[in-house]
This record gives sequence, structure tokens and C-alpha cells, in this order.
Amino acid sequence: MKTKTNDVILQTVTNVVAFIIILFSLRLFFAGHYTPGGGFIGGLMTSAALVLLLLAYDIKTVATILPVDYKIITAIGLLLAVATSAGALLFDVPFLTHAYDYFHLPLLGKTSLHTAVLFDTGVYLVVIGVTMTIIQTIGVSE
Amino acid sequence: MTLLHWAIVSPFLFAILIPFLYKAFRNVHTGWFVLLLPVALFTYFFQFMSITKNGDTVKETLEWMPSFGINFIAYVDGLGLLFALLITGIGSLVVLYSIYYLDKKKEQLHNFYVYLMMFMGAMLGVVLSDNLIVLYMFWEFTSISSFLLIGYWYHRERSRYGAQKSMLITVFGGLSMLGGFLLLYLMAGTFSIRELVMQSDQLMTEALFLPALLLVLLGAFTKSAQFPFHIWLPDAMEAPTPVSAYLHSATMVKAGIYLVARMSPVFAESSVWLWLVGGFGIFTLFWGSFNAVKQTDLKGILAFSTVSQLGLIMSLLGVGAAALHYSQLEDNIYMVATLAAIFHLINHATFKGSLFMVVGIIDHETGTRDIRKLGGLMNFMPITFTIAIIGAFSMAGLPPFNGFLSKEMFFTGMIRVLEMDIFNLDTLGMIFPILAWVGSVFTFIYSMILVFKTFTGEHQPEKLEKKPHEAPLGMLIPPIILASLVIIFGFFPNILSERIIAPAVASITPSLIQEGHAVETDIYFWHGFTPELFMTFGVILFGILLYLLLPKWRKVYSWIPDRFTLNSFYDGGLIETERGAYNFTKGYMTGFIRTYLVYIFSFLIAVLLFSLWFKGAFAINTDDLAPIGVYEVAIALLLVISSVTILFAKSRLTSIISLGAAGYTVSLFFVLFRAPDLALTQLVIETVSVALFLLCFYHLPPLSRHEERMRFKLGNALIAIGVGLVVTLFAISAYSTKLYDSISSYYIENVYEEAGGKNMVNVILVDFRGFDTLFEICVLAIAALGIFSMIKLRLTRGKEG
Repeated sequence: MKTKTNDVILQTVTNVVAFIIILFSLRLFFAGHYTPGGGFIGGLMTSAALVLLLLAYDIKTVATILPVDYKIITAIGLLLAVATSAGALLFDVPFLTHAYDYFHLPLLGKTSLHTAVLFDTGVYLVVIGVTMTIIQTIGVSE
Repeated sequence: MTLLHWAIVSPFLFAILIPFLYKAFRNVHTGWFVLLLPVALFTYFFQFMSITKNGDTVKETLEWMPSFGINFIAYVDGLGLLFALLITGIGSLVVLYSIYYLDKKKEQLHNFYVYLMMFMGAMLGVVLSDNLIVLYMFWEFTSISSFLLIGYWYHRERSRYGAQKSMLITVFGGLSMLGGFLLLYLMAGTFSIRELVMQSDQLMTEALFLPALLLVLLGAFTKSAQFPFHIWLPDAMEAPTPVSAYLHSATMVKAGIYLVARMSPVFAESSVWLWLVGGFGIFTLFWGSFNAVKQTDLKGILAFSTVSQLGLIMSLLGVGAAALHYSQLEDNIYMVATLAAIFHLINHATFKGSLFMVVGIIDHETGTRDIRKLGGLMNFMPITFTIAIIGAFSMAGLPPFNGFLSKEMFFTGMIRVLEMDIFNLDTLGMIFPILAWVGSVFTFIYSMILVFKTFTGEHQPEKLEKKPHEAPLGMLIPPIILASLVIIFGFFPNILSERIIAPAVASITPSLIQEGHAVETDIYFWHGFTPELFMTFGVILFGILLYLLLPKWRKVYSWIPDRFTLNSFYDGGLIETERGAYNFTKGYMTGFIRTYLVYIFSFLIAVLLFSLWFKGAFAINTDDLAPIGVYEVAIALLLVISSVTILFAKSRLTSIISLGAAGYTVSLFFVLFRAPDLALTQLVIETVSVALFLLCFYHLPPLSRHEERMRFKLGNALIAIGVGLVVTLFAISAYSTKLYDSISSYYIENVYEEAGGKNMVNVILVDFRGFDTLFEICVLAIAALGIFSMIKLRLTRGKEG
């Protein structure tokens, strides 16, 4: 794609909106256990923000802003999910058994910490990685 | 996990370390580190002898998948211990030998020892598992590691061919065996061998007994290279010689024998078992030894000789099963066959192992294994020659070596077949002693060829690549140890009998032992002038005669044209299968996505309609329907309009936007029906996929509607309408028939109690049905990598031209 484009409005809006979408996606991700959201939707939402960046700018620019290899993100996500599931075996309970408890954390107050979040982080990363790998590959393939 | 479990899996764990050791200590041969493990394991297993000697066993259970009846039960009895000692003992010697055989600078030692350790662990698992599924798992591990080891020098075409052949044949057998195990499970409800043995009387009467028997035997026969599956073993000789000595003569190929021996208490009462195991065994003995004489490659001779010796042990196990039918006899003389089988198994490991190592030395020091080029090596390699004489004479069945003792016992077992009056053995049983004798004559001949064509005769230095000289000491120690065992077991066989042979025989024939029959294990040389002795005289006489006249009768081998050999059937079959599969695939893979969509959708319509009709599942239930409001109607109209727009759109952009509109409308439906998670997901998915479409938009060819033929359009319309109809019917009947109570209530009750969450959908995703999610993200990741590699590959290939 050309570097000089006419998308001033789109680019300006994107600069602001992309961050809001990402923040919102993080919120969705963390809220997942109690209200609508979770790793799947959160990951998709984050990817949507990244796709918006891709549309407003070009792949090269985005690659310089976020120099990440999304295949590696996918791999890390999978590893995290499998490791969390397998971690249960160390405590002599079946694969994928989750544990949770309530803690008093500074600033946040009473918070539930749940190993499912770790698993969900894996899902989150895989979804971002997969979506972005596919879109980038197809986008570059000219 | 107990120490025993750790011992079984320790080779696997050690294999993980090997590449690091290899990297860290490049100056030290990796084999020295590896050597420690089999030696330690051998010492460890040696201690079990004091337990099994008294007929006791050790059983340690590790729960793995108890709900499926699959547990890792380590079980040590006489038979298992004998194999464990063979595996670790011969393993130690082979590792020591390989240190000198494989050059640390040229070879990829880390690969080699990883495969070797994998094999050792797998083999220990096979012989020490009581659970059939665990046994099967380890069994396939041995096939895989054997495949990797045969293909170790993968740049050679023959190695790859041999590896593939062994893999295809043994895995075919392995899968059949798994089938047999599942049938046994269906009948008895257990995967435990010991529990199966307890139910063996009842199993005999089941209809599935015979299929199970045949399938299990297929597994054993392919693994132990019995006729007609033996063809993989000669080609497996492409592996480095330590591997041939270890896997393809001493241990892995005996896994089939182990299986037959282990399953004997379950199957052996059957006449089919006796005839199949005995018959295939004795014919393999004959066929293998007959073909060994024809070989010109030293390893080829040993390969066929291994085939024939495996047949010998197999036939003894088959004939030994007859003893079960004579349990009324005071002195059960038919048990001698089983006894001979175990004794010969040990002897074969010693003499064949040493012979393989000798051949490795010859190959290593002269650069060839072709007996037509070799000769007169006696003067250059006196020690190797001595070892070869001991090994080969023991194999030929000459006194005073251990091979003579077990060969005599083999003859005894075969002659006693004549006295049996069951299963037509009194008439057809004649073939056992006859084939046994003929096979032994050929065994004698190839043993002589092995020694005298190599070490005596004229030395032909011009044909050799290297100047022959004696091997380094380290390479000689392992075969010397084995050769001394040949002599020690020859003179003092009874050091084995009470400690090892009797407990092993007891594990094969537990019912006889229970009835009070003792295993008669007193082994000695002189039995007087018995028929066996005269058979041995005959073997030696005819053997020498035929050996001397070999050039005169050699042409019998050309009687069977190459076209009719088993190998050409195998090769031809493989080529035909490949061609057939290729043509079949080419027939329906057109390369157009459109065609594939037609397949998928027509199949969907056909299968769903059929099952709706077949199960009589269609029903309409209009009770309990929510009222239809203005919103629903409006959204439905919007959906219809956007879908129809896609059909008639003139430009691609319009199609994409209408498709997005349809998707967004569906998510509005979700909002309306209070499914926020679904609505959110649908919205985001729709956004991302529209963006994706826009991204590829530039690369797609212009939208054309030039396919205007009526037939084409009609076909499309039919499929489209069909899919719509079927899905609608399904949706209606899914709503109208409730076969089971809804599981929602379970989740509603337990989401907070058990998982501490309030969003049911997400808790189901990450917790209750976490496995689904785990596999889903795996699939996603694979799909992404697939797309990535396909597009990138196409791009780079495009650049190459």
C-alpha cells in the first residue's frame, strides 16, 4: 500500500479510538468471569483494534509500532493454556482442574484470583495471534 | 510412582538430557554417559531375581485413566524379568560397542542415543506392563524408534526404504493387535493381562475369542518377522550394526515372542493357537534358514538366520501349548518345548548378538560385508575369528556350546509332537520334526558359510577398501562377553535354570504350575543314544555335504522368479496403492473452492435429511413460543433484504457490505434474545471478517457473472435451497423435541459454587468444558500456521519461478 494516503480523518480517529478499543477489550477480558466477556471476545476485540490500525495505516507502519511476531504470540498463548491445565497435575488433581480464592489486594480490595484467568490469557493470546497472523499473511500476499 | 515405574521411564527421561550432554561435552563420546543408565538398570533388575526365583511377583500400580480401566501397572514376573535383563544387559554391551563403532566426529550421536534410549524405555515398558493398552503404547514406541534407527543414515535410499517397510509392516500388525486387545476388553471387561488369564476358561467360549486370537497373533507375527511378514527384517539391516544387534536380533523382534508367551495362558488351550503359532513358526524356521544360505551379505545371512531362529522359538511356544491338554500326566513331558523356547531365547541373544558384533567389526575394519570379497581374515583378526567360531558353532547346534543344548531340547519337543493325539497332531504332526530337521541342516550350512567364507580361504586385499586389522579392544569386549556366556551357559546351563528359566516357564503355563507340575529344568549334555542325537549327527553330516556341494545346487534359488517373491508383492502393492490413491484424489480434487463447497453442502444435506427421516426426528411443537414483536419482524426483514442483496449485487464491495449487514443483523437477534456474549462475539467476528474481506478485496479477480447457463444456476440454487431447508427443519425439530432435560440448570446451580464465576458462558468455556476450548485454540493455531505457510510457500515458490 502507498504511504501517502488521504485517510486523514480515519487516521486521526484511529489514533484515539484504537486505544479506547484496546482498553475496552482488556476490560472485557478481565470482566469475563462475572459479566459478558472473556478471553475469546477480549482477544477478538484487541485484534479488531489492531485491524483498524492496519486499515488506517499500512502493514509496515504498524509493524514498526508493534514489532511482534504474531505466530510467537500464538505459541505463547497455547503454551500458557496447556501449562495451566497441566499445572493441576502437580497438585495431584486431574488435568485442567482450576483453583481460586479471594484475596485482599491493595487498591483493588477483595479480589478473586482464579487460575482460569491464566488459562483465559492463553486463549486471549492465541486468538490475537491467530487473527493477526491470518490477516497479516493475506494482507502482505500481493 | 514407585521406583519400578521410574526405572521403566528412566530411559525416556534420560533421552531428554542426551542432546545437552552432546552439546556440552563435544570431546567425550556421548555413549560413555549413556552407558551408565543400562548398566544401572541391569543391576537394579538383577535384584528382582531373588523375588521371582521363588515364584513371587511384584506389582506396582500407578493410576493413569482409571475410569477407562487404563492404569500403568508395572508387573515383574519370571518372563518379564528375563526380558528386562536381556534388554538392559544386551543394551549395555551394545552401547559400549557403539562407542567404538560410531565415530564421534562424523556421526550425529545425539540423535542416535536419543532413539536408542527411547527404544530401551519402550521395550522395558512392553515387557513389564500388565495393562494391554499401556503395553500397546510402548509397543508402538518400539516400532517408531526402530523406524528412526533403521533410517538413521537417512541420506541412503536403502535406509529410508527399509525404515518405511518395517514401519508399515509392524504398525499394521500393531494396529491389528490393538483390535485384538479391544475385543478381549469387550469380552472380559478388563485390560489387565492377569485378570484375563483368570477368565481364560470363560473367554474360550466367546464368539469373539477367535478373532481376538488372530488379531493378537498378527501383531506378534509382524513384530517377530514370521513368514510371510519377515520381509522387513532383512531390509532393516541398513541400520548401524549395533542397532541390528540390539533391536533386530536380541530384543525388539522378540517382542512378538514375548507377546505370544505372555498371552499363552489366555489363548493356548485353543487348537488354532497351537497350529498357527507352531505351524507358522516351524515354516519360518525352514524358510528363513533356506534363504539365509543364498545371501552374500554377512548381515543378510544374519537377518535371515534371525528370522529362522525366531521361527524356531515361536514353534516351540506353539507346540508347548499342547502340554495344557496333558495335565493329567504325572510327568508332563510336553512342557519341554516351552522350556526349550525360553532357553533358546537366551542362547540366541548371546550367540546372535556376538555374531552381529563380529560382522560389525569386519565391516568396520575392511569396509565390506560381501562374502565374495572377504576371505582369509583369520590371520588379521584372530580374536574376532575365535568369537565368530564360538557364535557360529553354537548357532549350528554343535557341542559344547549352549546352542547344542537348546537345539537338542528343540528336537525333543518336536519329536514328542508325534506322540500327541489331539488336533490331528498324530497325523499331520509329522511336518514338525521334518521341517525342524531340514531347517537345522540349512542352519548348519549358513553358520559354516558365515565363518569359513569370511575367515578362511584366499585373502583378496585388492577388493577391500581398507587394510584389515584387529578391532580396538573396546569393540572386542562386548562380543567377548557374549561369547564367554555362550560357553558358560553351555557348560553350566543349570545356573540359569532355577533362577531364570523356571520362573519364566511358570509365567507361560500358570495353570500347570497350579496343578502341581514342577518345571523340569535340569539341563545336561548327554542323554544317551536318543533320536535327537542321531538327528544332530544327520544335521552335521548332511550339512557338511551340502556345504561342500553348494556351488552345484545353488541354482535352486533361481527357481522362484523374482516376480513371485514376497518382496516384489510388497513393492508392487505399495506402488499400486500410491498410484490408486493418487488417481482417486486427483479425480475429485479439482482445485476449485466452488467444487469443494458443493461436496460439503451436498453431503450436509444428504446426511441430515437422511438422519431426520431415518430417526423420524422431525416434529413441530408450537407450544411455549414467545410472541413475535415488531423488532423481530423488522430485523428478520433486514436479514432477508441483505441476503438477497448479496445475490444480485453487481460489485464485490456491495456483496461484502451486505454480508456484513446480514451478520450484524444476526447479532441484533442475539441482543434481542438476551445473549450478550454471543452478540459481542458475533459483532467482533463480523467486523474482523469484513476487514479481512476488504484486505483481500484488491487481490480478487473482478466479479463476473458470465456463468449464465441454466444448469449451473439451477444446481447452485438447489444446493442453496437445500441447505436452508435442512437447517430450518433441524432448528425447528431441535426446538420441538426435548429428549433430555436441559443441562443449563446444572450450570446455573454450579457456576458459582464450583468455579467461583457468575458469567456462565465464560465459566463453561474456561472451566467446565475447558478441554473443548483447549483443543479449539489448538485448531485455530494450526489453521493460522497452515494459512501462513501455504501463502508464504506459494510466494517463495513464485519467486523461484
